[in-house]
Amino acid sequence: MLAAYIIGGIVVVLAVVFIVLYNNLVRLRNQVKNAWAQIDVQLKRRHDLIPNLMETVKGYMKHERETMEAVTKARNLAQQVASSGAAVRSKAEGELSAALGKLIAVAENYPDLKANQNFLALQEELTSTENKIGFSRQYYNDSVLRYNNQTMMFPSSMIAGVAGFKADDFFEITAPAEREAPRVSFT
Amino acid sequence: MWEQIRSNQMRSVILVIAMAVLLILVGYFLGLYFFGSGTGGLIVALIVWAILNMVGLFRGDNILLSIAKAKKISRDDHPRLYNVVEEMKIASGLEKMPDIYIIDDPALNAFATGRNPDRAAVAVTSGLLQKLNRDELQGVIGHEISHIRNRDVLLMAMCSILLGSIVILSWYASRMMFFSALTGGRRTSSSSGGGSAQLIILALALLLVILAPIAAQMIYFAISRKREYLADASSALYTRYPEGLASALEKLGASTGQLKSANKATAPMYIINPFRKKGMAASDLSSTHPPISERIRILRAMAGASPSDYDQAYRQVYQKGNKGVIPASALAAGAVSFRAAAPQAGEKEPDETQRKRETSDVLWKLHKYNTISCECGTRLRLPPGFKGNRVRCPHCGRTISI
Repeated sequence: MLAAYIIGGIVVVLAVVFIVLYNNLVRLRNQVKNAWAQIDVQLKRRHDLIPNLMETVKGYMKHERETMEAVTKARNLAQQVASSGAAVRSKAEGELSAALGKLIAVAENYPDLKANQNFLALQEELTSTENKIGFSRQYYNDSVLRYNNQTMMFPSSMIAGVAGFKADDFFEITAPAEREAPRVSFT
Repeated sequence: MWEQIRSNQMRSVILVIAMAVLLILVGYFLGLYFFGSGTGGLIVALIVWAILNMVGLFRGDNILLSIAKAKKISRDDHPRLYNVVEEMKIASGLEKMPDIYIIDDPALNAFATGRNPDRAAVAVTSGLLQKLNRDELQGVIGHEISHIRNRDVLLMAMCSILLGSIVILSWYASRMMFFSALTGGRRTSSSSGGGSAQLIILALALLLVILAPIAAQMIYFAISRKREYLADASSALYTRYPEGLASALEKLGASTGQLKSANKATAPMYIINPFRKKGMAASDLSSTHPPISERIRILRAMAGASPSDYDQAYRQVYQKGNKGVIPASALAAGAVSFRAAAPQAGEKEPDETQRKRETSDVLWKLHKYNTISCECGTRLRLPPGFKGNRVRCPHCGRTISI
């Protein structure tokens, strides 16, 4: 009788531990998903801003066709892989960042741009979007770190193995030349 | 690390409980003194507390914002401020975008409000918008957002309600004791010849009436200061750039303006103490807030952007060997490096003159003035009730149709 109680007690305790650990994993995985959605929103926003930017820049930068085409190309590529995983996307987005950085650097040679109201508003939007991409990436990577730690550390790693919680990729900007956000300035 | 900061509020919770116990003690002994029964006093204390609660929790946000004469802005009114708040919202993982308010006041200050993260608001003064550059603004907003994220607003509201109840009870009790001592008759329900038990109750009640408000205030300040450090640490974590907040605090500390619309109850929610002696720099006089100079030194001493870096810097600045300020469970997280210098830093950011113009534009617009510009460069502000469709430029004499 006593043995039955003890065994029953152990089973209950194990079940509770399982539920707590499992729910914790689910919560962390959802947080990662959520954080990824945030990055997604900001990257889309950047893709949407670029045609606008090109339209504004076009009139002033007639001799920079190559630079402008590079941005458009990188943007289209980034849009094409928009539904892929973190690793593929971060590469494409890194290239877009690099191309944008080049364009912005070149734009510094055109003082006329400064007078353009449209441009000033775009400057704020681009700066902020770059920041938001940075911050959402930061939050995403922190969430991934927490989630991955849980899937690998001992008690929950067993549950993660059984229930199929897989470690996630970090989102890094991988373009070799340009690791920082492009300098968004038109003056 | 975010969850840990938020969930590990044990010490704050213990302090809140201590305040509640204090309130119960005050109620009980005053009850014994005045009614001859502790329960009666407890009920009175409970009623005072409940009334303050109703006022504080149900109308708290609105009261705070309307006392401060804050005006709500949308994205179009001030895109930079809106963007900075959104950036910090993303960095902190907050789910809902807080409302943004501007207070028309040249003093430099900011506060956060809202009982829960879903109904939160941040308010900044127009002086702040004029004086701070983007990185500094980000640091300040990061600090305010972390007050929301760490649920400090609710905690401080609970504390100030407890404090308020204790102060009110003690104040009235002390008046009544004084009055009855003067008139000679003490209380009606006393049996003749109370003896030493009566004397002990009298002494305890007197002691509590004098000491409880002071003790409660000390506890309140202790909690408030701790939350400020925590918010600074979180701001550094969100922005990955403690220098932004440090430099903002430097400007805030050097400013001499006193915020007209703040009051004592709302003080802990501001980024720096809004009460300062007129003409004096906002340095180290405050008690709801840690000294600004110390906060700056801690931020500047940080070797990385993680909470444990903040903790180390705190110990270094205060020369405390092992007693840090960040909850232990938040320290476990790995190293967090600074972000690269802001991409927008440097010459092309709007300078102070531009920021001033921009801010005054927003304020005029919030007061429903219509701004039109003349060909000669003059800008005219038309009051909301302006009728007619043409106006003469006072500068060049041209007639402008609206």
